[in-house]
Amino acid sequence: MTVFMVRRLMQSVVVLLLMSVIVFLGVFAIGNPVDILISPDADQIERERAIRALGLDRPIWEQYFVFLVNAARGDLGRSFVFNEPALRLIFERMPATLELAGTAVVISLVVGIPLGLYAGLKPQAATSKGIMAGSIVGFSLPTFWQGLMFIMVFAVMLGWLPSTGRGQVGTFLGLKSSLFTRDGLAHVILPAVNLALGNTALIIRLTRAGVRETLLQDYIKFARAKGLSNRRVVGVHVFRNILIPLVTVIGLEIGGLIAFAVVTESIFAWPGMGKLIIDSINQLDRPVIVAYLMMIVLLFIAINLIVDILYSVIDPRVRLQDVKG
Amino acid sequence: MTIAKRTIGVAVAAALSLAAGLTSAQELTIGLGASVTSLDPHFHALGPNNNIASHVFNSLVEQDENQRLVPGLAVSWTPREDDTWVIKLRPGVKFHDGSDFTAEDVIASVKRVPWVPNSPSNFTIYTKAIKNIVVVDPLTIELKTDGPYPLMPNDLSNFFIVNKKMVEAPTEDFNRLAATIGTGPYRFVDYARGDRIVMERNDAYWGKKPEWKKVTFRLITNPAARVAALLAGDVQMIEAVPTADIEKLKANAALTLAQAASNRLIYLHMDHQREVTPFIADTSGKPLAKNPLKDLRVRQALSKALNRDGIVERVMEGVAVPAGQLLADSFFGTSPNLRPEKFDPDGAKKLLADAGFPNGFAITIHGPNDRYINDGRIIQTIAQMWSRIGIEAKVEALPWATFATKATNQEFTIYLVGWGSGTGETSSTLRSLLATFNRDTGMGQANRGRYSNPELDKVLAEALKTVDDKKRGELLAKASEIGVRDVGIIPLHYEVSTWAMKKGLKYVARADQQTMAMEVTTAK
Repeated sequence: MTVFMVRRLMQSVVVLLLMSVIVFLGVFAIGNPVDILISPDADQIERERAIRALGLDRPIWEQYFVFLVNAARGDLGRSFVFNEPALRLIFERMPATLELAGTAVVISLVVGIPLGLYAGLKPQAATSKGIMAGSIVGFSLPTFWQGLMFIMVFAVMLGWLPSTGRGQVGTFLGLKSSLFTRDGLAHVILPAVNLALGNTALIIRLTRAGVRETLLQDYIKFARAKGLSNRRVVGVHVFRNILIPLVTVIGLEIGGLIAFAVVTESIFAWPGMGKLIIDSINQLDRPVIVAYLMMIVLLFIAINLIVDILYSVIDPRVRLQDVKG
Repeated sequence: MTIAKRTIGVAVAAALSLAAGLTSAQELTIGLGASVTSLDPHFHALGPNNNIASHVFNSLVEQDENQRLVPGLAVSWTPREDDTWVIKLRPGVKFHDGSDFTAEDVIASVKRVPWVPNSPSNFTIYTKAIKNIVVVDPLTIELKTDGPYPLMPNDLSNFFIVNKKMVEAPTEDFNRLAATIGTGPYRFVDYARGDRIVMERNDAYWGKKPEWKKVTFRLITNPAARVAALLAGDVQMIEAVPTADIEKLKANAALTLAQAASNRLIYLHMDHQREVTPFIADTSGKPLAKNPLKDLRVRQALSKALNRDGIVERVMEGVAVPAGQLLADSFFGTSPNLRPEKFDPDGAKKLLADAGFPNGFAITIHGPNDRYINDGRIIQTIAQMWSRIGIEAKVEALPWATFATKATNQEFTIYLVGWGSGTGETSSTLRSLLATFNRDTGMGQANRGRYSNPELDKVLAEALKTVDDKKRGELLAKASEIGVRDVGIIPLHYEVSTWAMKKGLKYVARADQQTMAMEVTTAK
């Protein structure tokens, strides 16, 4: 276990370094932030001052070196646009995104797994066919269109739910979240469902496929022959065995939901990190883009680590020392 | 349920709806279309930030809805001799913390403007003409300039006055609302970055008392979501209504619209400088040895080939005004003699033939696709119109983030771009787009096609020294005529800004595209 963790940690540092180089070069290639940020009325002298003030007059390798030195001290730079530390901006937006992504994950699991189990156990039933057809619709509709339709139907036509934005923030056990107030919950429903739909469909299909495959295994036949109740067969022997692919996909999906909920956050004016990154890209706010992507790389490294550990918990055959790469 | 209970229920419901009615009459929620990045009024010279700051801070001179100058914290401004402006400050003005507004605050603000650290674009362009400030008494100051400087009042209308205690307050103090002590009609009560800004009325305000006690600005940058928020009743008013939705909203009985021609000109910029320009070739694809855009006849042909009414009607869905000069006719310094160029494809073909291109040439037109209203579609339409006079036009639309750098580096031959005149007169446009480029004087700073016309430069230089408004207006009009007749740029149209709001509200639409809560009233 320790050897595994140390090796993982070293790999992570290499990945982070590589990523920082790619991001730095990529962001550089898009354009010069001064051209976006400067007032059109500004003259050449003011332009040159701004270039110096933002540190853009120095060569790229020097900018990268300064970035690395500061990053080693935990300072990922200061936003050009907000004049605040990039990390502060990201952490400020994080609760909103975590609320949204968390709610979406819960929805997709609570809805997806039971429906998938049902469809897998009773593949010929009309309901199952309905579920499967629905799941195709679920991930073929573009999130963008879906979100707008939700707003049109539930906010504009029916008036049941607020159209956009994050609701009131409440405090519970010292934690601040909009999930603790009625107003906040009303605001989160539409964007969370919008974000969850694609994943729910994916989980339904994965669960169903897993169940269908597992049911044919010898140990299931044996369990049945032993006279175990149907409940025990499905709940323990089938369920536990379909968890491995599910955990992998759910892990990656959680990462995706947190990092790239850009479309949903823009449509619902949800003040989360996805909206921050897309605004930052449009304004070429380099420090925020770099800091954000570094954070996301860290997030994915962490998620993959957790997934690997979960494997060993779910499946005793997996030992972490044996996992390479 | 007994009758008594039911009566109480009805009474409670009535009381509740009454209370709701009362609060909604005092509160206003507005959906803004652009991100507000800082509450520091001196940090970034950026429209949306200025828009928010104008609720909390005042400038010495202010601009009305047509961008004409009106008194703000200064009650009068008079030129004296050749290098002095005498400014009388408004007496009895209090900051939000109760302190008096005096000359000291003006000095502190002029000092803070160039000081603000890390500014990506500061306001020094509006303070640099002030060489020295002489305090005559606490409510009278004299601004010294290098020679005659007629634009001083315009400049004074472009930066805000902060409290003298905040002369070295960093931007973060403003974002935390610790330093946002202004003299304006509102004060900040809450700022959730990227989400909303909440303000409360300053009841001690020196000017007209606004109608709304509490105002919430929500940042809804996605246009479709903004419209939906208005339709759902989550906000009472939105700015920057997308052109495609205007007809639908007009037909909605629960809403009203306000529209005004803006100070933004959409135009085509051309490479006047290079002998061989990168995106023009002959019909076989070989680069032309001589840049045809240097020939006035070619430029005229390109302009005549454009059906501006068609663009306005079809692409802009009627929500724009065809342009014949640098600013809409109602602005200062425009010429009554300039009309939009008539659509004349035959005339254009003839001009091309005269210039030696009877079979036309190949050209690539560039433009942004996320900056101006319908920008990507406009350049496609232009390309089609040019192909009718025999020019093989290709279109390349880029996101602004990439486009802006390439435009500044002069990588294009002809491209679509816009210019908003912050001072509300043509001097801004002439100085920035048509004057000969000069790094040190700041002339022609956005003249990326490097158009240069000594005659225009001469008239403009004279205008910029003429303090007498009437004479200056005439000179600016003359300079506009020279630049437009020589087709230094090809004007297309002026954007029209549209606001939509709940029926019963009224907004005086502004030429500077700003959304000001204090100008929203209940229609009587």
